Amino acid sequence: MCGIVGLFLKDKALEPQLGALLTDMLITMTDRGPDSAGIAIYGAEDTSASKLTVQAEDPDTAFDGLADKMAAALGGKVTLTRNDTHAVLQVPAGKAEEARTALREIAPEVRAMSFGDTLEIYKEVGLPKDVAARFDIAKMSGTHGIGHTRMATESAVTTLGAHPFNTGSDQCLVHNGSLSNHNSLRRKLQREGIHIETQNDTEVGAAYLTWKMQNGATLGEALEASLEDLDGFFNFVVGTKDGFGVVRDPIACKPAVMAETDQYVAFGSEYRALVNLPGIETARVWEPEPATVYFWTHDQAPNPKKKAA
Amino acid sequence: MMQTYDLQANSLRELNAALHAQANDTNQTSWEIVNPRGSHAVAVGLDAPIEVSVKGSTGYYTAGMNKQATVHVHGSAGPGVAENMMSGTVVIEGDASQYAGATGHGGLLVIKGNASSRCGISMKGINIVVHGNVGHMSAFMAQSGNLVVCGDAGDALGDSIYEARLFVRGSVKSLGADCIEKEMRPEHIEILRDLLNRAGSDAKPEEFKRYGSARQLYNFKVDNAY
Repeated sequence: MCGIVGLFLKDKALEPQLGALLTDMLITMTDRGPDSAGIAIYGAEDTSASKLTVQAEDPDTAFDGLADKMAAALGGKVTLTRNDTHAVLQVPAGKAEEARTALREIAPEVRAMSFGDTLEIYKEVGLPKDVAARFDIAKMSGTHGIGHTRMATESAVTTLGAHPFNTGSDQCLVHNGSLSNHNSLRRKLQREGIHIETQNDTEVGAAYLTWKMQNGATLGEALEASLEDLDGFFNFVVGTKDGFGVVRDPIACKPAVMAETDQYVAFGSEYRALVNLPGIETARVWEPEPATVYFWTHDQAPNPKKKAA
Repeated sequence: MMQTYDLQANSLRELNAALHAQANDTNQTSWEIVNPRGSHAVAVGLDAPIEVSVKGSTGYYTAGMNKQATVHVHGSAGPGVAENMMSGTVVIEGDASQYAGATGHGGLLVIKGNASSRCGISMKGINIVVHGNVGHMSAFMAQSGNLVVCGDAGDALGDSIYEARLFVRGSVKSLGADCIEKEMRPEHIEILRDLLNRAGSDAKPEEFKRYGSARQLYNFKVDNAY
C-alpha cells in the first residue's frame, strides 16, 4: 500500500501551519503503511546559505566536529543544527551539492538526506506519529511539503529505504507502488555514473529522474519519460524549490485524491487525509488522471497541465 | 423515525452492526450518517429494505455487498463502491473512484458525477448508470447486466466482455479486445429508457450507442469447451 500526502500552499497565512497540517495528514494515513515515515519540508530561503540535511545512526559521535570538518572541506562558514538523528548543515550559498559530495569523504557513516536551498528531509523507521514527534515536524513552517508512510514490498525497512528521496538540488520524490524493472534500471543508471545506495525500487525511480534532468530534461519531461521507462505501479508526488507535481502510471491502480482551494493544492492517497484541511467542504476535489503530469508553481496562476520548469 | 448516526462520535463497527440488525419488517427504515470523513466500509453488507443517507464523502467499499437497502451518498465515494452488490439501490451524488460496482450481481448503482477506471469490472448482472464519464478498462470481463454512460468512456472499454450490454452517449476513447459496437434495437431503447428514468437522467435513449461482445475470444469457441 503506502500512503502519500502533499500540501502546496498558495496562501502565505497558512505557512506557519504547514508542518502541523502535513503531520495530521500523514498520521491519518498510518494504516496504509506502518514501517517508516518521512516528510520533506520547503522552508524559508536564506540567500546567504544552502542546506545539507544529514542523518546518522549514532548522531552523538557522528555530528561531533562535523561542522568544522565540513567548513575545512568547503572553505567557508558552516553551522550544524541537530534535530534528533538528523542535522541541518548550513553551508555557504550554492555549496550544498559540493557539501554532499564532501560528506562521503569526511564522514562516510553520515547519510545525506537532502541538499538544496530550502528543502529539508526527515525520515526514520517507525509510525508517522512517532517519526513526526521526534523531529517536531508540527512546529515547522514552510511553503510546501510532502510526506510518506511506507509499507515495504521491494526492499528492507531502513532509514535509507524510507521516503521522500532526494532527486536533485531542492528536489524530492515520494512513491506509492512498486517498480518491477528496478534491478535492470539500477545497473543501467550505475553504468551512467549515478550514485545509488540501496536495493530500494523507489531510489531507482528517483535516480532515474535525476539522470534524466542531468541530461537536460525538465522535471516535467523527466516525469513524462518515466511513464515509458518505468515498469510497474506508481503514484509519484514530487517537490521542487518552487513547485509541486503529481503523476500516476497508466494503469493507475494506486489511489489518489486531490483538492484545490484559493489557499492550497493538496494530495492524499485517500480523501481521509484531506478532511481536516481548512475549507475542504468547498474545495474542488478530484482524482488525477492516469499518465498525466500535473504541476503547480508559486510564480504563476495554477495550471494542472503545465509542464514542470 | 429517522435514526441519526455520527461517525465522528461513534465507531464504524457499531454503525454497521446496527444496520445489520435491521430485519425485513423493521420500523427503523430511515437512517442518516453524518461526518463520514472518508471512512472505509460505510454501510456494507446491508440486507433489509432500509434507506441510508450518508452526508459527506466516503472511502473504500461504501455499500459493498448491498442487498435490498437504498444507500444514498451526498458526496463522493472512494474505490470499490457497491462492490458485489446483490440488489437494492446505491446513489452517489458526486464522483466515484476506481472499480465502482465491481462484480455486482444485481441492483442499481447510480453515479451522478464521473466514475474513474474499471467501473463495472466483472459485473455479473448489476445495472450501473453514470451521469458523467467513466475511466479506462471499464466493464473489463463484464458478464451480465447493463452499464450506461451518459458522458464519455476511457480506453479499452469492455475488454474481454461476455454478455453485458454497454450504452455510451459520448465518445469511446478505445474499445478493448473483442468489444464491438452493436445495433441499437427497440428492446435496447426500452431497457435504456427504463434505466435512465430510474437513475434520474434526462438523456435520450436514442442518443446512445450500444457496445458488446463480438464473441471471438477463446471462451466463445465450442472446441475449447470441456
